[in-house]
Amino acid sequence: MEISSIHNSIDLIKEKKISILELNQYFISKIKKNKNLNAFIHFDEENIYQQIKSLENSKTNNRLYGMPIAIKDLFCTRNMPTTAGSKILSKFNPPYESFVTNQLINQGSILIGKTNLDEFAMGSSTTTSFFGNTINPKSNNISLVPGGSSGGSAAAVSANLCLGATGTDTGGSIRQPASFCGVIGIKPTYGLCSRWGIIAFASSLDQAGIFANNVKDTAILIKEIAGYDKNDSTSVNIKIPDYYKNLNKDLNGKTIGIPIEYKIPGISDEINNMWEKAIKVFEKGGAKIKEISLPHTKYALPVYYIIAPAEASSNLARYDGVRYGFRSKNDSSLDEMYELTRSEGFGKEVKRRILIGTYVLSAGYYEAYYIKAQKVRNLISKDFKNAFEQCDFIVTPSTPSSAFPIGEKEDDPISMYINDIFTVPASLAGIPGISIPFGKTKDNLPLGLQILSNHFTEQTILDAAYYLESIHE
Amino acid sequence: MNNLIKGKKHKWEAVIGLEVHAQVKSKSKLFSSSSTKFGSIPNSQVSLVDAAMPGMLPVINEYCIKQAIKTGLGLNAKINKFSVFDRKNYFYADLPQGYQISQYLNPIIGNGSIFIDLNEEKTKEIRITRLHLEQDAGKSLHDQNPEKTYVDLNRSGIALMEIVSEPDMRSPEEAALFIQKLRSILMYLNTCDGNMQEGSLRADVNISIRKPGDKLGTRCEIKNLNSIKFIKQAINFEITRQIDIVEKGGVITQNTLLFDTDSGITRPMRNKEEAHDYRYFPDPDLLPLRLDDKFINEIKKEIPELPDERKKRYINDLNLSNYDSTILISNKNVSDYFDEVLINHKDLKKSAKIVVNWISSELFSILKKNNLNIINSPISPNNLGHLIKLILSETISGKIAKEIFEEMFISKTSPDKIIKDKGLKQMNNDNDLEEIIDKILKSNSDKVKEYKNGKTKLLGFFVGQVMKESKGRANPKKINQLLNKQLN
Repeated sequence: MEISSIHNSIDLIKEKKISILELNQYFISKIKKNKNLNAFIHFDEENIYQQIKSLENSKTNNRLYGMPIAIKDLFCTRNMPTTAGSKILSKFNPPYESFVTNQLINQGSILIGKTNLDEFAMGSSTTTSFFGNTINPKSNNISLVPGGSSGGSAAAVSANLCLGATGTDTGGSIRQPASFCGVIGIKPTYGLCSRWGIIAFASSLDQAGIFANNVKDTAILIKEIAGYDKNDSTSVNIKIPDYYKNLNKDLNGKTIGIPIEYKIPGISDEINNMWEKAIKVFEKGGAKIKEISLPHTKYALPVYYIIAPAEASSNLARYDGVRYGFRSKNDSSLDEMYELTRSEGFGKEVKRRILIGTYVLSAGYYEAYYIKAQKVRNLISKDFKNAFEQCDFIVTPSTPSSAFPIGEKEDDPISMYINDIFTVPASLAGIPGISIPFGKTKDNLPLGLQILSNHFTEQTILDAAYYLESIHE
Repeated sequence: MNNLIKGKKHKWEAVIGLEVHAQVKSKSKLFSSSSTKFGSIPNSQVSLVDAAMPGMLPVINEYCIKQAIKTGLGLNAKINKFSVFDRKNYFYADLPQGYQISQYLNPIIGNGSIFIDLNEEKTKEIRITRLHLEQDAGKSLHDQNPEKTYVDLNRSGIALMEIVSEPDMRSPEEAALFIQKLRSILMYLNTCDGNMQEGSLRADVNISIRKPGDKLGTRCEIKNLNSIKFIKQAINFEITRQIDIVEKGGVITQNTLLFDTDSGITRPMRNKEEAHDYRYFPDPDLLPLRLDDKFINEIKKEIPELPDERKKRYINDLNLSNYDSTILISNKNVSDYFDEVLINHKDLKKSAKIVVNWISSELFSILKKNNLNIINSPISPNNLGHLIKLILSETISGKIAKEIFEEMFISKTSPDKIIKDKGLKQMNNDNDLEEIIDKILKSNSDKVKEYKNGKTKLLGFFVGQVMKESKGRANPKKINQLLNKQLN
C-alpha cells in the first residue's frame, strides 16, 4: 500500500486501519532505503520512536496526530541539532523550538528529520551545503539538483520519505525546488508565519512555507504553521481561515493575469508551452485571461541580489565563534579568531554574499545600491498592487528551466542566480506564491507552474492550484 | 565674552558639545524581557535575544519607548511620530549580534533645549539636537585571567538614550552645568536613575577651539566620562592641549580620545586604520515605529513638575531666594523632601526659609555624618515639620530643638514623643520662671548689686544661670523680660 497523503492518513488513523507507529515505520524504512538521496542532514530513529511514544501517551487527538513531517534544517529544534547546512553550526543544538515547528508538534506531528539545504539557505541547488549535495529523486541517468535552497525538503516529499515538509523561501527557495522535484511548494504572504526560531538569511524576505504532494495536504499544513506571534514584530495578526475546508475549484468569474514581462527571450519552448497550456486549462475552467504588465520585473533580480546579501551580511555577523557554534582553534587574537572562524566556518557562496552585502552597505555605496534597491522594491510592490486591481491571480512558470545536473553552473553564480528570475519578484513584494507540478520535459522531468495572488489571499492560489490538480488527474 | 582663554599668543574660545548616554530606567531590556538589575552575577540576566542566538528576534519594549518620549517632552523637544531602528554593524566580543540596534537617520526625538543657570541672574539655553534609543553592549572583562577575556552579557541589550547637544557650551563649567541640569531633569522625570558611578549616565565630549568669531575648529571627542569632575578636568586638559598645538603652529587632527583619570591627560583611543564603517541600515526585524497623538498625550499627562517650574514656584509662591531654591531643586530627593514637609504642614509655607535652613544645615550635616541619602532619612518630613512648628510656637527653644533633632534621628520618633518622654517642653509659665529667677538672684546677690550699679552686661550671666537651672527649657525671651522687670 502506498501512503502519500496527509488527508488520507488522517482518516486511516482515525479509522484505526493503521497505527501512528506503523505509519511512521513505513516512512522510516523508506528514508533508510533512500539514504543515497542525502535528503536529510539529521535522521535519528530513536528520537522518532520517542516522539511516537510520548504522543501515544499524551492521548491528544490533534489534526496532525502522528503525521511524519520533515523539517528544513533552518528551523531551530529543541531535540535535534540545527545546522543551517553550515560548518559554523555543524554541532549546534538549540535550547528552543521555532514557532513553526512548535505549532507542528502541538498539532501532533512527528518531526521525522532535518532536511538538507544550501548553506544558510543561500543557493538554488542544495550544492552549497556543508553536508553534501542532495540528489533530485526525479533524476534519470545523471544526478540532478533538487533545486534550492530547500532542496532536501523538496526531495524528501518527492521521494515520499515523509508526508510533508517545511521549507523557507527568501527568493524562491520553496517554489523553485518544488518545481524541480515535481511537488507542491507554497510560500505564504510575508508575515503569515512567524520567523521566530528560523535562522535568518534575509529578514525582510524570509518566509516559512510547505512542501506537500497534493493541494489538500498543502492547505492543511499551511494553516497549522501560520499564525500571529508576538515575538516576531513582522508577524501579522489576522485570522487564519481553514484553507482545506474552504477549497473551491470553481474558477467562474475569476480573472487570471499573464504578465508580459515574464516572456523572457531564451526561455526554452518546453517552459513556454507548459505555461500556454496551463493558461488554456484555466480558460477552460471558466476563468478570464488578461495580459497584464509588471513593468519593473527586469530589476527584480538585481534588487534582490542587493537587499538579500545586505541583510545577510548583518544577520550572519553573530557567527563569530564567541558564544556557540564552530570556533577556529588557531587564533591568537580577537580579530584573528573572527577571521579564522568565519573563513573556515562559512562556505564559498555564503562568503560571496557576505562580501556583496558588506559592499553595498558601505559608506559611499549605500545610497547607490541599498537605498536605490529599496526604492525599486517599492515600485515592484506597486506593480503587483496595480495588477491585482485587474486580476485575481497571476500565472507564470516557476523556473526558467527544469532541474539541471549537479555541478553545472557552479562556477557561474550569475547563471545560478537566474534560477530565481520568476520567483524573486513575489518575494520582494511579500505576496504569496505556490508552485504546482504541471507538465514534463521530453526527458520526463517535472515542470512547475507558479500562481501568485495578493497579500493574505493564500486561499486564492490554493483554489487555483486545486482546480489545476483536478484537471491534471 | 568672559569665557575666553588666554594662550601664549592669542585669546581662544572653546566650543563644546556633549553626547550623553543615559540608561533608561526600566525593569527589562530594550528588546527582551531580561532584567536590568545592576551588579548581578555575570550572565545571569541574558535572554536568547540578548545572546543573539540563531533565529532570535527583537521585540520593542513599549515602556522604554514611553520613557524616551517622556524625556523628549521634558527636554521641550519634538517627538517624531515616525522613527526607525537601524543596525550599526561592527564586531566586538561583547556585541553578540555583530551589530547594535540604534536609531540613525530617524531618531524618536528631535530638537529640544534646556536652560542652565550661569549665575543668579543669567541663564543660557543649550540646544538639544536629538535623542535616540539604542542597545547597550555587554562587558568584556580583561582582568579575570592573565590570558583570557571573559564576556558578561548582563548589560547587553539594556536601553540607552543617547542625548546629543549642539556645540553651545563655551567652558568646562558650562558643560558641567549642562550635565547637572540634564541629570536633574532625567531624575525628575524618573527616566534615568542618574547614577554616574554605576555608569547609568556617561558622556562623550566634543571639543574644539577657535579665535572668537572664527569658524569652528577641528574637534576631538573624549569618550566615556562618568563624573562631572572628570568632565571638567578632561575639558580643561584638552583645551590647553589644543591651544598649545595651534600656537606652536600645529594643526588639530580629528581624533577620539580617552581620558586617563589617574594622570589627568587625554590619549588617542584608536588609530585611523581601525576607523569604522558602521554600515547603518534599517533593521528588517523591526517595523518603523509610528506614534499617534493619543499615545503621546497620555504620556504628557505623566510629566511631573520639572526643576525649572519648581524653582519658579519656590521663588514666587514661597518667597525663597534664588540661592535657596537652587539648593533645593538641584537634587530632586531634597526638593521632594522639602515639598513633603510643606504638604504635611501647610502653615509652614510662610516660614519656608526656616524649613530650607533646617534641611540644608542640620539635616544635611547629620545625613552626611551618617553617610545616608535623604530618601533614607530617619527623620521624616512630617516630623521635621512638627519640630520646626514647636520652635515657631516657642514650645521649645532652638537649643533644645537641636537636641530633640538628634534624638529624632536615632529613635525615628516624633518630637512630641521625645519632649514628653524627656520633659523637654519649654518653660513659658511666668510663675515657674519667676521661681527660678528668684532663686538665682538670691544666690547671686553680689552680682545683683553690681548690676544695679551699672554693670548691665551681667544680664547675660543671669540669663545663662536661669537657663542652666531650667536645664535649657526656659524660654529665653521670657527670661529676659522677667529679669528686666525684676532688676530694673
